Amino acid sequence: MDLDFNQEEQAFRDEVRQFLARELPADIRERMSRDDASQIKQDIVRWQKILHAKGWGAPGWPLEFGGTGWSKTRQYLFENECAMADAPAQLAFGIKMVAPVIMRYGSAEQQQRFLPRILAAEDWWCQGYSETGSGSDLASLKMKAVRDGDEYVLSGHKVWNTLGQFADWIFCLVRTDPEAKPQKGISFLLVDMKSPGISVRPTRLLDGTFEVNEIRFDEVRVPVANRIGEENQGWTYAKFLLGHERTNIAGIGASRRELLRLKQDAAAVLKEGRSLLQDPVFGNKVAQVEIELTALEITNMRVIFAEAAKQAPGPEASMLKIRGTEIAQRISELQVELLGADALRFEHGHDASRATAAYLNLRKLSIFGGSNEIQRNIIAHMILGL
Amino acid sequence: MDFAFNEEQQMLLDTTRRFIAGRYSFEQRNQVLGSADGWSREVWAQLADLGLLAINIPEEQGGIGAGPLGTMLVGNAIGEGLLLEPFWSSAVVATHAIVTLASAAQRAALLPALASGESIAVLAHDEAGTRFDAMNVQASAVASGDSWVLSGRKSAVYHAPAANLILVSAIVDGELAVFAVPADTAGIQLQAFTTVDGQAAANVVFDKVILGADARLGGDAHDTLPAVLDYGLAALCAEAFGAMDRILAATIAYSCARVQFGAPIGSFQALQHRMADMFMHLEQARSMSYLAASQCLNPDAQARGRALSAAKVLMGQAARFIGQQSVQLHGGMGMTDELDVSHYFKRLLAFELRCGSSDQHLENYRSGLRAA
Repeated sequence: MDLDFNQEEQAFRDEVRQFLARELPADIRERMSRDDASQIKQDIVRWQKILHAKGWGAPGWPLEFGGTGWSKTRQYLFENECAMADAPAQLAFGIKMVAPVIMRYGSAEQQQRFLPRILAAEDWWCQGYSETGSGSDLASLKMKAVRDGDEYVLSGHKVWNTLGQFADWIFCLVRTDPEAKPQKGISFLLVDMKSPGISVRPTRLLDGTFEVNEIRFDEVRVPVANRIGEENQGWTYAKFLLGHERTNIAGIGASRRELLRLKQDAAAVLKEGRSLLQDPVFGNKVAQVEIELTALEITNMRVIFAEAAKQAPGPEASMLKIRGTEIAQRISELQVELLGADALRFEHGHDASRATAAYLNLRKLSIFGGSNEIQRNIIAHMILGL
Repeated sequence: MDFAFNEEQQMLLDTTRRFIAGRYSFEQRNQVLGSADGWSREVWAQLADLGLLAINIPEEQGGIGAGPLGTMLVGNAIGEGLLLEPFWSSAVVATHAIVTLASAAQRAALLPALASGESIAVLAHDEAGTRFDAMNVQASAVASGDSWVLSGRKSAVYHAPAANLILVSAIVDGELAVFAVPADTAGIQLQAFTTVDGQAAANVVFDKVILGADARLGGDAHDTLPAVLDYGLAALCAEAFGAMDRILAATIAYSCARVQFGAPIGSFQALQHRMADMFMHLEQARSMSYLAASQCLNPDAQARGRALSAAKVLMGQAARFIGQQSVQLHGGMGMTDELDVSHYFKRLLAFELRCGSSDQHLENYRSGLRAA
């Protein structure tokens, strides 16, 4: 048993660090460090093109589709180093969500048409899953897709659509058989966002951003050729995603970055002649979350190690998601505590409000991606056998 | 990164578990618990036969040299079985102390009998009123001709009543020292008691105890004794993990068997979520136990201390949550001494109180925080 990365892994990590130092544009890094999303589309696209040019556009993809062939450990190291360097997170909807489904269940034609454009940041993808009445109970979704010749006609809506205002394509779960049991009447469709009948309405969040949208589909025509796999098999394809590509669900790198920021800020604040980092009350809270992050980091590595041995991800991802999000939220909470009453003046976009905006925004972590309550259900059923 | 155990390590774990399954059922343990000594010489001899008392003696010195990882695995099993024998006190801490502090001649004189089980040694270090400040030693020894004169009061020494040899930390000329004292030396008084987790312990008073010139183990223990304590802490973490693992398994099993309102209580979501939380605590505790075992021999005292403190904090908190919730989820049955649940709970309580509390270790960790 060895908790350290071996020489080869450390060398790889150094290589990634050097690449980031050289190739991550300073202006992008600077905006990311302030959570400045004013140019988020350009920043993500520009960074994706730089990664793609290096051959690192989709590290987790199979080699045949342009992936790197890296081990899960290397993928983990890569993502963490990028997060710690304030690189923009790669857009997950294309690279990590729809692409694996297209690879596994899509036709050769769909693979040739869509995958290279995802890799090269030529198509911006978003997700159409949740509806007003279907969040955790996603299988109850109602958006209709009625077959008409060689097209489906879509009517309905999707909510909580992240960054859809920039999207070229959306992958949707739609109801193609209203009579069947819910999970058996769902299909997986790829929809061009320029299709007539699609309207995007931004949703204002509590932090003042418009990160998510409601998308209305008013008799939108989608070629049957844009369906993944078989009609009414969409739930199977969606479930495949849940067990796939969750190496970095704990967000260790991002939390390490934010924890460092917290410690640096705390070290600069004095109380009774001591820095807040050494204050028994506040400092102990920082110590506590750092210890929990250390434990989670080791647990994450154990899960990666076990998955590499089994060649399949397991329900332990639920634990990584719960603990990872709780820790990230806790760090954001401490950052606001550190500001004290200075946090009361809140102007989104102002540097002084960054911590408050982050705290408000990160409440979503325990809600989305399978709420932490759902994740506990998964642990209870799939791991504990209850 | 590699989380696999090798064949030898796996064999140590399997051997200990097999022995416990055959000889240390809950009923058999109750008999030991109710005996005059509170531990079994027969079990001790069997542990010796299996070689388990030699795992912290290097091969070059006639032992098995299983090191911290082997000790961790055996410790897991010991905790699973809630063994009452002086394994941690003698086969881990005192043995390791002698291996690292004593001269070659002292080791040759002391180690074989420890490995065979004929000799039982304990380290008497903690003192009352220090609130877990481990290096605040008041016991002292002065040179007197060819001898030493040792005086002091040591507190809650696990298995002191079982020991024929007591290792004692004391200040000599402002320097920290460790002495090996035969338990039958004049001037030693034991105030024996049973701990909350059913183990034999004692407060030990040394009243001008005269020791031979050879009684001192090594020189200035300022750096070496904390290292011994950290080694012991890692092993104690391993025992606690074993106990947490078993008590959670028992709780899950109970929740599947116990039917109320027409359904197993384990089907109720509130309890499912509670057990999911217990599971997450357990897995983080497992990770930190690995960290403790990996770091307990780190020559960098600061890094080692921080890692061990982090482990104790997290595992202490996990122990408390898992222990409390296990009793809770067993309902009234969790309150009786007739089930193993309360025994595990008490062992986990003792873990929190030994080798420094979570709070003290959190303080320790915090004082080492750097904005880097």
